[in-house]
Amino acid sequence: MPDARITVPASVARGKPFEVRIIVRHPMETGYRTDESGQSIPRNVIRSLACRYNGELVFSGRLSSGIAANPYLRFFVTAKESGQLAFEWVDDAGARGSDSAAVTVA
Amino acid sequence: MRARAAATVRPSRLPDSSSDASIGRWVTSSTARRAILVGVLSACGVGAVAQERTLPLPALRSGITFAGADVRAMQADDVSNPGFLWVEGGEKRWNTAAGATGKSCASCHGDGRSSMRGVATRYPRYAEAVKGVEDLDARINRCRTEKQGAPPWPRESEELLSLSAYVSYQSRALPLAVSIDGPARETFDRGNAFYHARHGQMNLSCAQCHDQNSGKRLLVENLSQGHGNAFPAYRLEWQSLGSLQRRIRACLFGIRAEMPAPGAPELTDVELYLAWRAQGLPLEAPGVRR
Repeated sequence: MPDARITVPASVARGKPFEVRIIVRHPMETGYRTDESGQSIPRNVIRSLACRYNGELVFSGRLSSGIAANPYLRFFVTAKESGQLAFEWVDDAGARGSDSAAVTVA
Repeated sequence: MRARAAATVRPSRLPDSSSDASIGRWVTSSTARRAILVGVLSACGVGAVAQERTLPLPALRSGITFAGADVRAMQADDVSNPGFLWVEGGEKRWNTAAGATGKSCASCHGDGRSSMRGVATRYPRYAEAVKGVEDLDARINRCRTEKQGAPPWPRESEELLSLSAYVSYQSRALPLAVSIDGPARETFDRGNAFYHARHGQMNLSCAQCHDQNSGKRLLVENLSQGHGNAFPAYRLEWQSLGSLQRRIRACLFGIRAEMPAPGAPELTDVELYLAWRAQGLPLEAPGVRR
């Protein structure tokens, strides 16, 4: 299973905002559910996610239990040069995930 | 041929699905009339009467047409449709060697994007090798055990679902086209009977909700026609992709009926009946449902 799917336009205009979309594979367990024997299922959600473009932070968020599983995020970035969009996230259990996508400035 | 023709006649409505007791006798006499008619026709050499549909083909509507705007938008957008996480995983798995033989699916089937086109629309399907009807998940597992020398994956496992999603995706938008001919007929008949029989503490049949009351509200849901043409589907209630068998089991849970175990033959009986009932509907893959 891929950790995430990142979608960016094939090429972007210099300095013009372009749309970045990511869907992250994660159960986002809220901590409010119980299993069939009545035991509470422990909370485990992505608690923070950050996106860096060529090392510069362009987006970050603190997520919580209100976000559904396999969170889908959409935001806009402007770029002056081609480069790499690098995502990193960490969840309540301490697991880290990452993925990246290339951006081509026309 | 003549005996077969008479045997395929069915009453147009089975007793439990009739909501009006006074209709019962009228149905019986019409059944008798049809049996006589078939007998006469077959004596004249006319072919067997086609299996009657309780839901006629022109009336078929996919579950997506009963869904709200948010669900429709999610299914339509290949970027935000979470089912693609499984489709992509399945593509990787397709090309990954497995088992004692060290073969991948691609070793025998080549590029799945061409070799698997149309395959999912023909499942469930009778296989001579097992002398029974298999759904797609069972067929994938048989390939694993027989051709790859690998252990079968459990039902609803991420591995099996991802391959099932990948194979189904190759039949996206193609019309469902299962066969109920020959040895598949017994399975179909059992599925047909199950669909029309009452089950569980609530004593409801599938037909009562999905044939007779689709479009009406059941608590907060709009009842669909219950086709299953979008499965394996990402169900928001599950927050995960799941199989049609899981969905059928969930329906039985909802009417407080005994749920056959995942992989049980009764579930494949129903899957075959549903696929025949939904003939011609486009396969939606990966589906999104509430």
